[in-house]
Amino acid sequence: MDIADFFDTFFEEAEELLSDMEQHLLELDVDDPDSEQLNAIFRAAHSIKGGAGTFGFTVLQKTTHILENLLDYARKGELTLRADLVDTFLEAKDIMHEQLDAYRSEEEPNQEAFERICQTLQQIALDEIGQQLDGPATPAAEPKASPAPSENDTEAKSNEEKVANSHLLVALLNVAEKDRILLVEELEQLGEVQSQSGDEKRYEVILKSSDSADDIEAVMCFIIEPDQIEISTVEGAVDPKVTTEPAAPSAPAPETKLEEPAAKKAPAKEAAKEKPKKAAAETSSIRVSVDKVDQIINLVGELIITQSMLDQTVSDLEDQSVGNASLQNGMSLLQRNARDLQEAVMSIRMIPMEFVFSRFPRVVRDTAGKLGKEIELITEGKSTELDKSLVERITDPLTHLVRNSLDHGVEMPDVREAIGKPRIGKLTLSARHQGGNILIEVRDDGAGMDRDRLLAKARENGISVSDTMSDEEVFQLIFAPGFSTAKEVTDVSGRGVGMDVVKRNIQSMGGRVEIQSKLGEGTNTRIVLPLTLAILDGMSIKVGSETFILPLSTVLESLQPSKDDMYAMAGDDVVIKVRDEYLPVIAIHEVLNVEDAITDPTKSIAVIVQGEGRRYAMLVDELIGQQQVVVKNLEDNYRKVPGISAATILGDGSVALILDITGLHRLSRYKKEAGKKVVNNQNLSSFKEAEPS
Amino acid sequence: MSQAKNGAVLAAEAENREFLVFSLGDEEYAIDILKVQEIRGYENVTRIANAPDFIKGVTNLRGVIVPIVDLRIKFHFDKVEYGGQTVVIVVNVADRVVGIVVDGVSDVMTLTPDQIKPAPEFGVTLSSDFLSGLGSLDDRMLVLVDIDKLLTSDEMALVESTSNQ
Repeated sequence: MDIADFFDTFFEEAEELLSDMEQHLLELDVDDPDSEQLNAIFRAAHSIKGGAGTFGFTVLQKTTHILENLLDYARKGELTLRADLVDTFLEAKDIMHEQLDAYRSEEEPNQEAFERICQTLQQIALDEIGQQLDGPATPAAEPKASPAPSENDTEAKSNEEKVANSHLLVALLNVAEKDRILLVEELEQLGEVQSQSGDEKRYEVILKSSDSADDIEAVMCFIIEPDQIEISTVEGAVDPKVTTEPAAPSAPAPETKLEEPAAKKAPAKEAAKEKPKKAAAETSSIRVSVDKVDQIINLVGELIITQSMLDQTVSDLEDQSVGNASLQNGMSLLQRNARDLQEAVMSIRMIPMEFVFSRFPRVVRDTAGKLGKEIELITEGKSTELDKSLVERITDPLTHLVRNSLDHGVEMPDVREAIGKPRIGKLTLSARHQGGNILIEVRDDGAGMDRDRLLAKARENGISVSDTMSDEEVFQLIFAPGFSTAKEVTDVSGRGVGMDVVKRNIQSMGGRVEIQSKLGEGTNTRIVLPLTLAILDGMSIKVGSETFILPLSTVLESLQPSKDDMYAMAGDDVVIKVRDEYLPVIAIHEVLNVEDAITDPTKSIAVIVQGEGRRYAMLVDELIGQQQVVVKNLEDNYRKVPGISAATILGDGSVALILDITGLHRLSRYKKEAGKKVVNNQNLSSFKEAEPS
Repeated sequence: MSQAKNGAVLAAEAENREFLVFSLGDEEYAIDILKVQEIRGYENVTRIANAPDFIKGVTNLRGVIVPIVDLRIKFHFDKVEYGGQTVVIVVNVADRVVGIVVDGVSDVMTLTPDQIKPAPEFGVTLSSDFLSGLGSLDDRMLVLVDIDKLLTSDEMALVESTSNQ
């Protein structure tokens, strides 16, 4: 294993720990903090500190260290939590995250942020528990931490735990001689060993060191068990600062009395005991790269194809009625197992919506704070599962919608009270399965959308609207580029960029956005997404001898065109009249040069399709049926093909192309314009550049 | 003495290269064996509309969609037939998997550096840019194709080119 792998593991773990920490901080009830939660937050900080120290990420280690100390007071009840303290902790967490990112990209973390947060945290320590710290100690230590500490500057420990060059008595209990020699060597690294004596049962070392007892213990614990060490400060040789120690988590006993440290051992042991518990929980999941999972999915797909080929062969055998009942049984068993396997493998890629929702308490808290609003966030359906690639792509649009709801939807607390609503606005995020789709809703009980204002605004922006438009159509106006109804631009939203991007993002995932709103009662934004990008509900069609797949979501209806409904227009353009609407007609065999196709439109089938708001009739030879297909990228080994979005593998192992509705429309127009010119890939790609969507 | 000689032999062996020899019509071509992933029959190729004629389409190679190029069409051979002997050499170039259609695969040859002659600059159909040399082997001549350069070139239209944007 490469050292880089260890780094990666640390980064990943630290990231998880940080998000755990954030989650717990957000859930924390400041008036009545749950000690389990405080412990969890403390443990997260502690683990990060340990890892950062091991890998030499000094800045991260120091930041975490200070935070850890404060958290330690908090969990002991010596620090009373308040909302603004939690805010500061969250800020510290953010800075730690930035530092982590910096280390990950092999940069030096932002020194300014580091100093600022250290100072802030130390100020809290001073203000909140200052009475427990002896006067001169803390202010003296504070300026020490603020000057930029160099890498090996161990001085910049937090003020509480810092015991400048104190004398420590380190007692080693029941340590074998060879270990003892090692340990004393270690101690020599940490400070100046002043004297050592004793036997195997109890060996005492007086150490002059600037490191805290906790740090020394941490080092020792690499070699021996924590209960084999006792560390205490030595009276007399100690400077006044040590009197601050009672407040420190590490060494509550300023006395040389050897029994005293036992009291201190108790919390340390407790912490040590909790660690294995956590480790046990971690083993319930493993990290696997997405590539590996995709490879398994590919192979299982192949297995399914092989299985259906075998199935075909066996059912042909049956006609000759040989005594092959056991073969038949085996085949049906194989089929069932193969399907189960496929389902199980596909589920590996699925992750619960919780991964998306978990970031929203923070978003809502921050945004609401900025806007001066009071918001209660409710999440429903956290366990609803969604394909990983979609989860990654839904987060940004969803964040935008939530911010929008908070900014434009929910009213100010006073306004809400004045109109008889509860002061605290309610924002609901929900996710649930609906058919083959997932439905994600952002609901607020705010002001709702004002139809008349939207219409007025649209006219102002030169968008053509009419008063007879349905509410749904009017609400969709907010997705028009550059459209914003916010009375003034805030730094949260209102610039009009964004909503159109939200819609485009969701459409690119094969989904759609709907808005339901009632003036004065609230708005419900619904996102409908397919469960996965890897599988598509398709309609297979035949043109000549070739099979193509149409995404089922684009198909509106199909009909047999009659001669009377078809009209020629300006030469070779054809339109078809479908229920009082004239739709352009595109013959697939012309656009895709299929030779043996039916050329008489009245003998073929017209499929009415819709893509990016454009509707047209597509002439095909035959509809074969609906089926779910596994989407395969064409660009991996080839390139983009105009009019084709991807490929798939059919039951017989052959490749079928998936049609791109919008692309076909463009391609057809381009081909007509190009007239009789030979169209090949070269000038098609130049056409794409010249005429982007 | 003998040690130095051995060393020279080893060095020469290290420079020897192995080639997969295939035929297009009556001509013999060869590509670096390390680029070859596998050899399979020509079957089940799905046509891609509006692609150049030498791109026969795409096929399914164990769940991976692989484009198939017919070098005989690309090199303007008169006789292009698909039969039981028609072979697809699946090669790995530039992180991509591509199948090339040839008339047949004959053998794997080891060529020493002095058997590889520079290609003369004459090719119009097959520019000498795409050749790594000519291999001479007794009375045979092998056209050594630089398959990397050939398949990633703009004129093959296999990869999204940057030059015509």
